[in-house]
Amino acid sequence: MTALRRLLGSGWLSAYAFLYVVFLYLPVIFLPIFSINTAATPKFPLSGYTLKWYEDLPRTPALLDAAWNSLVVGVSASILATVFGILAARSITRYRYPGRRAINGLIMAPLVLPEVIVAISMLLVMLQLGLSLSLFTVVLGHVLVCIPYSMTVLTSGFEGFDRSLEEASADLGESAFGTFRRVTLPMVSPAIISSLLVCFTISLDEFIIAFFLTGTDATLPIYIWGQLRFASKLPGVLALGTLLLVASFLLMTVAEILRRRAAGRTQNEGGLYA
Amino acid sequence: MPEQSQAARPHQSERPPLSERPMIEIRNVTRSYGAFKALDDATLTIREGEFFSLLGPSGCGKTTLLRMIAGFDNPTTGSIAVGGQPMEGIPANRRPTNMVFQSYAIFPHLNVEQNVAYGLKRLKLQGTEEKRRVEEALEQVSLTGLGKRLATELSGGQRQRVALARALVMRPKVLLLDEPLSALDKKLREQMQVELRRLQQAVGITFVLVTHDQYEALAMSDRIAVMFGGKIAQVASPKEIYQRPVNRQVADFLGGMNFVKAEIVEENGASLVLDTLGFGRVKADKPKAFVRNGEAATLGIRPERLRVLWDNATAKFEVAGKVVERHYFGEITHLIVEIPGLEKPLSVTETNDFGADDIPVGTSIRLAYDPEALVAMAD
Repeated sequence: MTALRRLLGSGWLSAYAFLYVVFLYLPVIFLPIFSINTAATPKFPLSGYTLKWYEDLPRTPALLDAAWNSLVVGVSASILATVFGILAARSITRYRYPGRRAINGLIMAPLVLPEVIVAISMLLVMLQLGLSLSLFTVVLGHVLVCIPYSMTVLTSGFEGFDRSLEEASADLGESAFGTFRRVTLPMVSPAIISSLLVCFTISLDEFIIAFFLTGTDATLPIYIWGQLRFASKLPGVLALGTLLLVASFLLMTVAEILRRRAAGRTQNEGGLYA
Repeated sequence: MPEQSQAARPHQSERPPLSERPMIEIRNVTRSYGAFKALDDATLTIREGEFFSLLGPSGCGKTTLLRMIAGFDNPTTGSIAVGGQPMEGIPANRRPTNMVFQSYAIFPHLNVEQNVAYGLKRLKLQGTEEKRRVEEALEQVSLTGLGKRLATELSGGQRQRVALARALVMRPKVLLLDEPLSALDKKLREQMQVELRRLQQAVGITFVLVTHDQYEALAMSDRIAVMFGGKIAQVASPKEIYQRPVNRQVADFLGGMNFVKAEIVEENGASLVLDTLGFGRVKADKPKAFVRNGEAATLGIRPERLRVLWDNATAKFEVAGKVVERHYFGEITHLIVEIPGLEKPLSVTETNDFGADDIPVGTSIRLAYDPEALVAMAD
C-alpha cells in the first residue's frame, strides 16, 4: 500500500519535474535548431541544414562593433564590480559592526528592484550630472546591477576564511604583503575569477539598462533588438543568440566550479573551532 | 610516538633540574578595552626550557596574554621581554616565538610539506637544508611519509601535528600553544598530552600552553599560573597548586575541595594555628600569599584525602559522621558525609576495592585524615 503510494507520488512528481524542465528549456532549444535551418522563417518542418547564418555574422560590421562594445563594457563593468565586491564582501565577512546586515541588504537590493525603474532613475541622475550618454554610462549602470552577484560569489568565497591563517603566516615570519601574496590571494583568487566571469556574463546579456543609458553605441543585446524589426535578419539573430547562449553557459559553469572550489577551501578547514 | 603509548602520565620527577634563567619576563602588563581590563597588572617570569601553563576559565585573560607574547596584541601598559630582548614595537613576524593555533590554521592550499616549509622559505636555506629540516620536523611529530597529503585529507590529530611541526621547524625560543587539544576527543587528547610533554623534553624549547582544562595543565606542566578575571592568582608547580591553593577560587578550579570555616588562634612565621568545629585545633602551613582578614580563615581538604575507617580500625586523626548521599562512578564512589558541627557535609572520594560502593545511606562512619592534607586559605 505504502509502496504503491510512493510509486504514484514519485510518478507524479517526476512528471511535474520533467514538464517543468521542458517548459524552461524548450524555447531555448528552438534557438540553435532554427539557427541552422535554411529557411528564413522559423517554422516546422525544417527545410534543410546550413551554417550560412553563422558565416554571415563576421561579415556584418554593425554586429562586430556591437560585439566590441559589449566586450569593452563587460570587461570594465566586471572588473569594477568585482573590486567593489571584494571590499564589501571582505568588510561583511571579516568585521562585526552596527548596521552590517542593513548595509548588506542595501547592496543586494538591486537584485530585486525592477530593472526598468533602476534604468530610468539612473538615466535621470546621469542627465542631471550633465554626463552625455555613452558606453561609460552603460558601464556605470552595469556595475550597479553586477555588484549583488559579485557580492554573493565573493561572500561565499570569503566566508569562514579563518583569520588565524593570516596570523599563522605572520607568526612564521612573513610580512603583511607576503602574507597577502602567499595566503590570502591564493585562497580567494578562485572566488575573484568566478566573480569576474559572473559579472561579465550579466553585463553581456543585459538589455534594459544598456538600452536606456547608451548613446549611439549599441551593445550586442541592443543590436539584436534592432535587428528584430527586419524579418529577413531573424536567422542571423538566432545564430548570434545561440553563440551568446553557449558563451554564457560556459562562463557560468566555469564560474560556479571556481566558486565551489574557493568556498571548499576556506570552509573545510581546521578542527571544531575553525 | 606509537599509538599504544598511552602509558602513565609523564613523571615530573624524572625531569633534570630546570635552568633558572628567565626566558619570558612579563612586567606589570595590563590590556584594557575601554573600562574593561582583559589583563590586569600581570607580572610573571617564565624560565628557559620550562613547560609553563596558563590555566583559567574562559575570559580570564590567558589567551590575551599569550597573544601579546606572540605579538598579535600589545599591552596597554607594562612590558614583555623574550630572551632578554624587549618586545615592544616588534611585530609578530620578527619575534622569536611560534604559535600552535587553536584552529591549527593549516594552509588549505598547501600540502603537509609545504605547510611545514612555509616559514623556512623566507630563510633561503642552502641546498637540501630546507628539505632536511622539514623531514626532521615531520619525524618529530610522527608524520613521516604524509608530506604530500593535503590538509583536507588529514584527521584532527594529524592537523595538530602539522601545526606543531610547522612551528618547531622554525626553532623558536618559545613555542606558544593556544588550547591545542580542545578540538580532539578525550582519548586522543590524553595521548597527545603525553606526546606533547615528551616532545617538549626532547627539543628543550620553552613551551607556554593556554588551557582551561586543569587535568591537562597538571599532567604536562613544570609550573602553572592560575588566572581569574584578568589577574594571576597563583604561580606554582602542579603539585603545589593542587595541594596548596592560595585561595578558595584556585582550590575550586582545580577539582573538588571541602571548605571548613576556621578561626585564627595564632599566627607565626610560616604556620597558622586554627580552630575549627569539625577538625578541632589544627596547625597548618601558612600560604605564601596569605593576607590576614580578621580572625576568619578557611581550611580545605581534598575529598580523596579523607579515608573511610572500616570496622574497628582507628587513626590518629579522625572525624565521625553519617552518610547522607552516595554516588557511584565506576572505579570510585563519592560519599557525602554529615559531620556534627560542620555547616556543610564533607565530600569523600573512596576507591571501590573495599566496598565503599556498598555503604548504605544513613550509616554512621568514621573518616581518617592526615593533618598535612589540611590547607589553610585566605577567605
